[in-house]
Order: sequence, then structure tokens, then C-alpha cells
Amino acid sequence: MSERKSLSVLQGGADPLGNGPPDPARRAFMRTAAAGAAVSALASCGVSMDDFLRKHFKELSRDELAAVLAKVEKKNRDRFGRDTKVTAEGPIPGVEFGYGLDISRCVGCRRCVYACVKENNQSREHPQIHWIRVLEMDKDRGVDLAHAELYYEADAVPRPGKFYFPVQCQQCRNPPCVKVCPTQATWKEPDGIVVVDYDWCIGCRCCMSGCPYGARHFNWSDGQLPAEELNPNQHYLGNRPRPKGVVEKCTFCIQRSRNGRYPACVEICPVGARKFGNLLDPESEIRRVMDTKRVLVFKEELATHPQFYFFYAT
Amino acid sequence: MRRVTTPRLALALAAALAASSAAGAQPAAKPAAPRERKPEVLIEARPPPFSEGIFPCMECHKDQKDPKRRELGFHDEQQSVFDHDAEHRWCLDCHDLENRDMLRLASGALVPFTESYRLCGQCHGDKYRDWRVGVHGRRVGMWDGQKTYLLCASCHNPHSPGFKGVKEIEVDGKTTIAPTLEMLKPMARPRRPEEMRP
Repeated sequence: MSERKSLSVLQGGADPLGNGPPDPARRAFMRTAAAGAAVSALASCGVSMDDFLRKHFKELSRDELAAVLAKVEKKNRDRFGRDTKVTAEGPIPGVEFGYGLDISRCVGCRRCVYACVKENNQSREHPQIHWIRVLEMDKDRGVDLAHAELYYEADAVPRPGKFYFPVQCQQCRNPPCVKVCPTQATWKEPDGIVVVDYDWCIGCRCCMSGCPYGARHFNWSDGQLPAEELNPNQHYLGNRPRPKGVVEKCTFCIQRSRNGRYPACVEICPVGARKFGNLLDPESEIRRVMDTKRVLVFKEELATHPQFYFFYAT
Repeated sequence: MRRVTTPRLALALAAALAASSAAGAQPAAKPAAPRERKPEVLIEARPPPFSEGIFPCMECHKDQKDPKRRELGFHDEQQSVFDHDAEHRWCLDCHDLENRDMLRLASGALVPFTESYRLCGQCHGDKYRDWRVGVHGRRVGMWDGQKTYLLCASCHNPHSPGFKGVKEIEVDGKTTIAPTLEMLKPMARPRRPEEMRP
């Protein structure tokens, strides 16, 4: 009670000590004031009341979803002055995505890193966000994160005695990031992609500390994304431009893969180290990898059960 | 759960067993029916071009038919980089003596340059099988349909086949891939956190 006394706002009511029932008129006043404060707080951080009271993505009706997508397209136009196509293509029934990365082939050229940035509209600077991080490791040590180098520079790769280990979202079947999210802003889709609804994310970054792969990245600012470099083919849960204060991650290029296309990193890889396909299709490239190569998952001991597999084809 | 008394635990176990056997009897709980596979359409990328002025070979080789293994005094471009089991191989192991515009399999069969992968596959059968199903080499297009595949010679210089690098080139107005003798240079390293502060 003694600390209450020091709050001037609580004084001057029916009972300065706050012991008695407050005056009904005062209560009504406080309610209105609180609502007003909430509205102005929302407005000041660029969120409209409609967005704030919106339903969860999974509960949206077809019409509501269309309205939400139209709103995102309008936001894009306001921010970049360009027309964009934002979809919310759902998972394809009978498809579970699997990704294979051939560690014996990767030369660490980082082409995938920048193809991903271009495709997925990441912030280029301040902060610079890369969904793929290529680690340089010693062949003598094997996969050893304590001696991995992310910032290697070289005139030519691969450097002697080194191998390269690109890390991105492993699309876990048992995703720690999803478990810790307090707002259900991130979840695993039926085709295996772990997605984020940037309108639902409150930026608490619990998922970033939950992820053992460092695969989630935070938008400390609105970032820098030149309008002419904007990829206009966007997915609501994927590469649409992110606002400040939300977390983002690799989605296997959801805007491409759900339309049957290879992710951007798969297509760019000059050594063909990246493989992608439907795990439920026994004839797919990824299943051939699983059937005939030595396959491993990263940090297997954590039981995250990734849908991203590393393999040795030699 | 640790405090569950023994009879209750036994009951729970029995219930669990019953449930699992019931689930076993009803395979209806299967997820989605296997999806019908779209027909896979494979498109061959344009092969990298010959060195300038080298083809057709028969323009010069009409009368030069010396089958003796030797160091060549010409074809410097190939001779200088030749590193394809150089100790044991030479030109006529792959090129046909009588018809230099064709390649020659071990069986004696002739194949055109556009089907050079058949020649490569003779020795590199494991890679050949992987390549045929899309495990070796790069593919571009749809995981679920039409895709473009590259040829062995798109990434490996046949005379020095260890992978070094590739570059995009234009052949007849279309871009395709050709091998280089220089290794790839990595793209810019990511910014360190301290470099990202505004």
C-alpha cells in the first residue's frame, strides 16, 4: 500500500489510500481513458485497430483473408511505390518438403546467400539479414561449431583443408521456436514449412533463443530494401516485406515451392549441392538421396527432427 | 506420474495397450492419400560451345590419321590443361580416329558431341546414375514438373574435369553454363554485428 500512495494518479479519488470502492464515474472515465490510450498507442506504432482485432491467420475466412492480402498489397504500394502480388497459397495435399545439402560438393561461394536475399526481400543493410549462413570448417575437425568461421574471405574457394556447411532453417518436425512462441505467430504447416505471421509477431524474440540453429533473424529497423530490388511475387507467410520489430526465417521459398518451383538457393547453386523435393514421393530427387546416400541431420541429439538433411554423395 | 499407485499404473497400461491395438486394427487414421505424380519433363540445357574455330574437326583431320600416342604439337588449349588421368589416357581414347567429329565409346560405337554423357558414363558410372535421377548436378525449374538439366561438359572441362568453376555464357542468344579453369570467388562475407550499427 505504501508504494501506491506515492502514485499521484491514484490519489484524489474517493479514498486516497485506495481502500474503498472507487467512484463509478471515475471508473468509467478510466475505462475510456485506457481505451483512448490504447488506440493512440496502436496508431503511433503504425497498427490500425482493424489489424489489432484481426483473427489468427488460420481462422480467417476466405473473404477476410482476401481483405488482409489486399491490405498488404496496399502497404507495399505505399512503402515502395510498386504493385505487388501477395498470395497465401496453401500447402499441397500429399506433399511434405525435404531438403538435401551435399556437404561433399558445397564450395562455400555464398551464391545461395545472396540469391535468397534477392528472392525473399530481406533487409540489405542496417540490419543486414541473411537467412543462409555458410560456415567454413576444418576437414580435420569435421562438423565442429566451436571452430567454424562465418566471416571467411578468400580469392578462391574451396580453400585447402576446409569444407563448407551452410545453415538455414531446418524446418524441424519438433520445432522449439513454435513451442516457445507466446502468441502462436509461428507454426508448422502440413507440408513441413515453419512459417511466421509478421502481423501476429510481437517481436519478443523467444523463438530466436529457442532455435538451436540461429535460423531466425530480427528486424531491428524497417531496414533497407531498395524499391527496384523488391521481388513483387510475394507470399503472406513468406517474402512479403517485413515491418520493424518482427522475426523472419527461411520458408523454403514458400512463394516458389508451393507453386512447384525449386527454392532460389537450389537453382543458383553452381555445384548442384542443393536438392529439394517431396519426401512422400518415392521417385523424387530428395528420396533418391535418402535412399542411396549417407545422410545426417544437424544437431541430431536435440531431437528437433529436421526436414533438412545434409548428405555426402561421394 | 511418479506418484501413480501400482494398480492404477497397471490399469493405465492396459488401457494404453487396448488403445494401441485398436489403432492397429483401424488403418483409417492414415494422413493424406499419396499424391499423383506429375509427369517429369526434362529439358537439356544448351551444351557449352566448342572452342572457336575448332569444329568441324574433319576440316583439318581429313588426312591426319596418325594413331600413335604422342604429345601433340598443336591443340595447345587442350594439351596445356590436359589433366584427365593424363598418365593413361590420350585423345583417341575418346575421340574417333576416322571421324573426328564424333566421340568413340569403348565398344567402338560412335556418339555425337551432344551425347558426350554416354562417353563419361562409361567410367563414371556412379556419377552417371546419380546425374540421371537428379542427385548429381544442378537442375533448374520445377521440383514438381518441368526442369532443365545440365550436361557433364556444362560444369566439367572434359580435358581437365575436376570441378573448378562455372560461368554464365550466351549461346545463340540464350544463356547457359560453361566450365572455367578458374575457381569460384566467394561473394561478400556477411557483416559482423559491430559493423551493422548505424
